[in-house]
This record gives sequence, C-alpha cells and structure tokens, in this order.
Amino acid sequence: MIIAKNLVKKYKEFAAVDGISFEVAPGESFGLLGPNGAGKSTTMRMVGAVSTRTSGDLSILGLDPNAYGPEIRSRLGVVPQSDNLDTELRVRENLLVYGRYFGLPRKQVAERADELLAFAQLEDKAKSKVDALSGGMKRRLTIARALINDPKILLLDEPTTGLDPQARHILWDRLFRLKEQGTTLLLTTHYMDEAEQLCDRLVVVDKGAIMAEGSPAELISKHSSREVLEVRFGSDRNAQVAEQIAGFGDRIEVLPDRILVYSSNGEREMERMTQAGLHPITSLVRRSSLEDVFLRLTGRTLIE
Amino acid sequence: MSTVHSAGGTGTVAEQAIAGAVRPRRWGSWYVAEHRFRVMRSYAQTVVVTAIGNPLIYLYAMGVGLATLVDGNLGPEAVDGVSYLAFVAPALLASAAISVASEEFSYPVMLGFKWNPVFYGMNASPIQPGQIINGIVISVTVRMFVTLGIYFGFMLLFGAVPSPIGFLAAFAALLTGLGLGALLMGYTATIIDDNGQLVMVMRFIILPMTLFSGTFFPLSVLPIYLQWIGWISPLWHGTELARVFAYGASEPIWLTVVHVLYLSALLFTGWTWARRVTVRRLNK
Repeated sequence: MIIAKNLVKKYKEFAAVDGISFEVAPGESFGLLGPNGAGKSTTMRMVGAVSTRTSGDLSILGLDPNAYGPEIRSRLGVVPQSDNLDTELRVRENLLVYGRYFGLPRKQVAERADELLAFAQLEDKAKSKVDALSGGMKRRLTIARALINDPKILLLDEPTTGLDPQARHILWDRLFRLKEQGTTLLLTTHYMDEAEQLCDRLVVVDKGAIMAEGSPAELISKHSSREVLEVRFGSDRNAQVAEQIAGFGDRIEVLPDRILVYSSNGEREMERMTQAGLHPITSLVRRSSLEDVFLRLTGRTLIE
Repeated sequence: MSTVHSAGGTGTVAEQAIAGAVRPRRWGSWYVAEHRFRVMRSYAQTVVVTAIGNPLIYLYAMGVGLATLVDGNLGPEAVDGVSYLAFVAPALLASAAISVASEEFSYPVMLGFKWNPVFYGMNASPIQPGQIINGIVISVTVRMFVTLGIYFGFMLLFGAVPSPIGFLAAFAALLTGLGLGALLMGYTATIIDDNGQLVMVMRFIILPMTLFSGTFFPLSVLPIYLQWIGWISPLWHGTELARVFAYGASEPIWLTVVHVLYLSALLFTGWTWARRVTVRRLNK
C-alpha cells in the first residue's frame, strides 16, 4: 500500500525527514512514533500527496504522488493534527461538502454522511455548529469526514492529542472497528499506550530518521527488559543513589525525577535495594513499555 | 452500532485511484464553488439586502437628489451629453461590482488559509490548489452577476439606460469587479500574518478609488497631475467602458479596446498570481 525508500524532505538546509524507509501492507495498522519535531507530520504530508519530497522514492497505492496527487488522494482519508473543519458550516454540512470534493453524487454523499454521523456517535449533533462541539466530538467528526470516500488508507496525525481519557478511549474503539473492517491505518503518535493499542507494527522516529522498527512487543523485548522498577528518592538524591545501585538489573536510567531499573524481575531488584539499606520515597514495578524503548534508543523521554 | 458500507470500486487499488480522480480533476473547481455557495447561504440575507438596497438608495439619491441639482444648473444634457443620472448610473454599477469583489475576494481567501483553514482540508482531498482559486472566482462571478443583474434592473426602472445595448454595461462592470478582485485575491493569498493589511487596502485604495475614477464627475475635471490615478484605476476603465455601452459615451475606439484589455490583463495576472501562491503555500 505504501512503500517509502530513503524519503527526504528538506527545508532549505534543514532535513525534517532524513532518509526514512518503510513499507505498509494492506490492512495493516502502522505507526510512526516519536517526539514533537521528529518529522512525523512531514512524513504524513508526503504520504498524503500534498508535500513534494526532496529526494527518495515514494509509492502509494502503487502510484507516485509527484504525478498522481489527486488520484492517490481520492483513495485516502486524512485526519490532520489540528482539526480543519469548516466552522462556517454545520456538522452534517461538513460531511456533505467534503464528499463532493471526491466527485461523489449528492445522494450517495447524503446517505454516507448519515452512516458516518452514526459511526461517530454524532447523530444528534447533525445540525449543530462545529464550534459547539467538544474536542473529542470535533475529532470524531474529522475522522468521519476522512471516511466519506471510503478510503483504502486512513492517515491519522496524532489522533488523540489533547483529548481527555474517556474521549481517547471512544476514539480508539472507533479506529479499532475500522481496522477490523480492513482499512489500512497509518498513524503518528507520541503516546506509547496509543501505539501499543492501535499499531500492528511501528517505527520509532527521531530527528527525521528511523531508530527501530517492529511490532510493539518485538521492540520492547529487543530494546528493553520485561519489567521496570521505578524508584524515587527525591530529586537531589536520585543521582547519588544511582551510583550506589549501579549493577542492579540489566541497566539503569536516571531521570531528573526518578530512577528506572530494567530487569526481568522488578520485585527482586526492590528486595536487593531494601537489603542494601535504601528506602525510596515511592517505588513501582511495571511492565516495560514503548516509552522505555524510546528512552533506550534516544536517551530522551518522549514528552519533555 | 452502525457499520460503514464499502463504496470502493473494482480493479487494482491503482486503477481505483485513477478512476477516483476523474471527476475531481474535471469538476474540482465547481465543487469548491459549491462550498462557497453553501457558505454564502449563511449570509444570504446580507447578499440579498445589499443587492436590492444598494441600487435603490444610490440611484434614488443620485437620480432624484443630486441629479436635480446638476441638471437644474446645467440643463438636461448636463454631463457628457446626457442627464446626470444616465452619466452616474454606469459608474455606480461598476462600483457595485468593486464592492462585491472587495468583500468576496479578500476575506474568504484569508479565512481559507488562516482563520478557518478549509483550504488545507480541500487540498487533502483530490482537489488541487489551482482549483481552489478557480472555485472562488466562479462563485464570486455568480454572486456578482446576480447583484449586477438586479442593479441593472433598477437602472432600467429609473430610466437611466438610454442605449439599446445598455445591458453590456453589466458585463463591463463584471469585468471590472473580476479584474480588481483577482489582484486583491492574489495579494490576500500572500498574507501570512494578518497585521491589518486588508483593512489598509480597503481604506486607502478601494474606498478612495471612486473619487479619482470619474465616478461622480468626469476625470477631465481633475487637475492633470491627479488624472493618472484614474488611468491606472480599474474602476475608471470599467466605468468608461460601462458608459460606452449604457449611453454611447463618445471615446476613440482604441480607448474602448484598452479598457477591455487592461481589465482582462488584471484578471489574468491576479488569477495566475493567486494560483501560484496557493500552490506554493499548500505544498509544505
């Protein structure tokens, strides 16, 4: 569905995307994970056939976006990072107008708009003004709009950024349904839990380049341990304690507010610490996550 | 829970994509115009009230008010060999076109890029940047045509159109509005940060234009060092052209040709400019 090889996008001298390669298979849910400014959105715009690449090869649905922009876009659904719904029109009108851009007959667009309002759980908001919707509703309307042409590929740029937990879960549920129906999803996120929930496979992107690639489970097993012990000794003592427990677990990461001990058994590390006479203010044993993968690969946390 | 039905076609995904872009490639500009019409519906009242109120007020004020004074002092063939109403009506018609143009070619473009950035949404669909601009031109042309049609109807009612080919004055006015409007659209497309540039253009270029474009009195009345403003003013060219059609104002044929060429050149330049800027701005 999507094949990118050595994709580069430069703005003057700055390379926002610096030679990334990946392939997305039909029906797959593929994620670009990375911090703000990693080049995720730029990649999405190139895949969305609205931004011309500086170099490299890109094929979407078997077509080159440089020559077949409108053709590719006719089979894509795009959910941009910030909603660009038409605030001069009502909720349902947003869908009607957008469907027309794809050359769909009015009757078909109207039917589809009603289906999608139901899908997005916005039936009773059909005649509302866009500005009257909550953030989560706007997001769902944007997704409904992106589905008006029954796209082969749905591009989602940080679909749940800025939403409260409940709204995120509703959205994830909707996206999961689409995935079940066989829609290919390409999404960017800087949320680990989102990537773990939605992505079959993902690449970790930083500074325009790919750091690692695999399924969430593969990445975790390859780049992190099974469990993580998180301990806090207070921000002035963390660094000092870290020296004392050097050699604990497989690896130790010192963050400003806490120490992470990577191990196959977090409880065992905690016991060792107690035996050494160290008593953290708080301690927590958790499963390793993509956040740890990212930290390992880049030495930085995702959300700074 | 509802499901979403598949509307995908047959063939390979590439063939489906190629089929999917046939209509947008051909009709995309009209789809954008459809969007504009839908938005205009939300301020339809203003459109209708100005389209009817404007000619009524101006023609009444000029035809009954000012014309009484001018014709009373200078006789029934007061200005340019016709009544003052016949002289001023084609100019008011051209001004009405400018007024629609300055509204519809500026803020909707500013909105689309910035305040309510629908252009980015359109650009993510099969619509191409040039079609966005074409769609705006189409929609404004339609609105302007309706407004000018109504205006011309009132001119007939007031008996302000002596010539049998007077209706061509409406087309002259249309060309005037589109010529100036296209330039304004090109300029608006270049505005990245709104620091009140549009307000300045309205206040210091568009509004004073009527004073230097031979609208209420012939340009020749102005001192020669101010007349050049009229020569570059689209409104002057449009007004003179409209007068030729409305009452057969006498001017050399080459000058009539210049009016048409000048306004067409503005339209072409502004349109091309706006398309280029939009292509560049949307491809980031």
